[in-house]
Amino acid sequence: MSETKVKKMLFILSKATLENVYAAFVMANGARMEGIESEIFFTFFGLEAIQKKKLEHLHVATVGNPAMHMPTMLGGLPGVEALASKMMKKEMEKLDMPPVGEFLEILSDSGCKLWACKLAVDMFHLEKEDLIDELDGVLTIGDFYNRADQEGTHLLFI
Amino acid sequence: MDKTIGQATISVDQEGYLTDFSQWDKEIGTEIAKEQGIEMTDKHWEIIDYIQDRFKAEEPLSIRGIKKSGVIDIKQFYALFPGGPLKKATMIAGIPKPKSCI
Repeated sequence: MSETKVKKMLFILSKATLENVYAAFVMANGARMEGIESEIFFTFFGLEAIQKKKLEHLHVATVGNPAMHMPTMLGGLPGVEALASKMMKKEMEKLDMPPVGEFLEILSDSGCKLWACKLAVDMFHLEKEDLIDELDGVLTIGDFYNRADQEGTHLLFI
Repeated sequence: MDKTIGQATISVDQEGYLTDFSQWDKEIGTEIAKEQGIEMTDKHWEIIDYIQDRFKAEEPLSIRGIKKSGVIDIKQFYALFPGGPLKKATMIAGIPKPKSCI
């Protein structure tokens, strides 16, 4: 089996819409499954995905998302976003995609490091208790860059 | 593509996965594991059994399935098959590489 040239993937997750969160999670998990190191840095709204009270209530964006194939005004009506999110979660369950909380456990157990951005944590006035137990720590962006410490490291902003 | 392992000749694909599960036996599994730098233990075989059972039942394999299997947890799975556990375990088990992204 040929050795992969990508050695480490560092993801920066800045959004909390389901499609972005899952993109980061699937790619971070996929990296581990291929023997590639992976870490996720949760910043700004991405922090919602690691807040105990919020992580199971993430939504897909129905407004300003042309791929939803629904008029933007309709997407903004009460309940539409919730319904679309429910439908998407159902489809994902069919593909055996774990819910956000379980996915975070899998990532952590797989050796994917999970970091919260210090600046964003301070900005949203979050405490350690608000964040998931699997979190590896709170880092400054400088700390995070220092983790790109080997050749073959790639950074991806989501 | 043919490959000789010990006394046996097996057919494998380009990545080294067996293309015919009926050619598999434990010795072949042990040799493939060695090539992957893995020394097989009873715990390893327990997982290989589980994986082969899923394959025979035509159930797709995923890391989530491993978590629910009750045979092993994910941390142990990564520790026993370092560097891509499902990829390596399926190769040793003589079954195709999983197609799933999860």
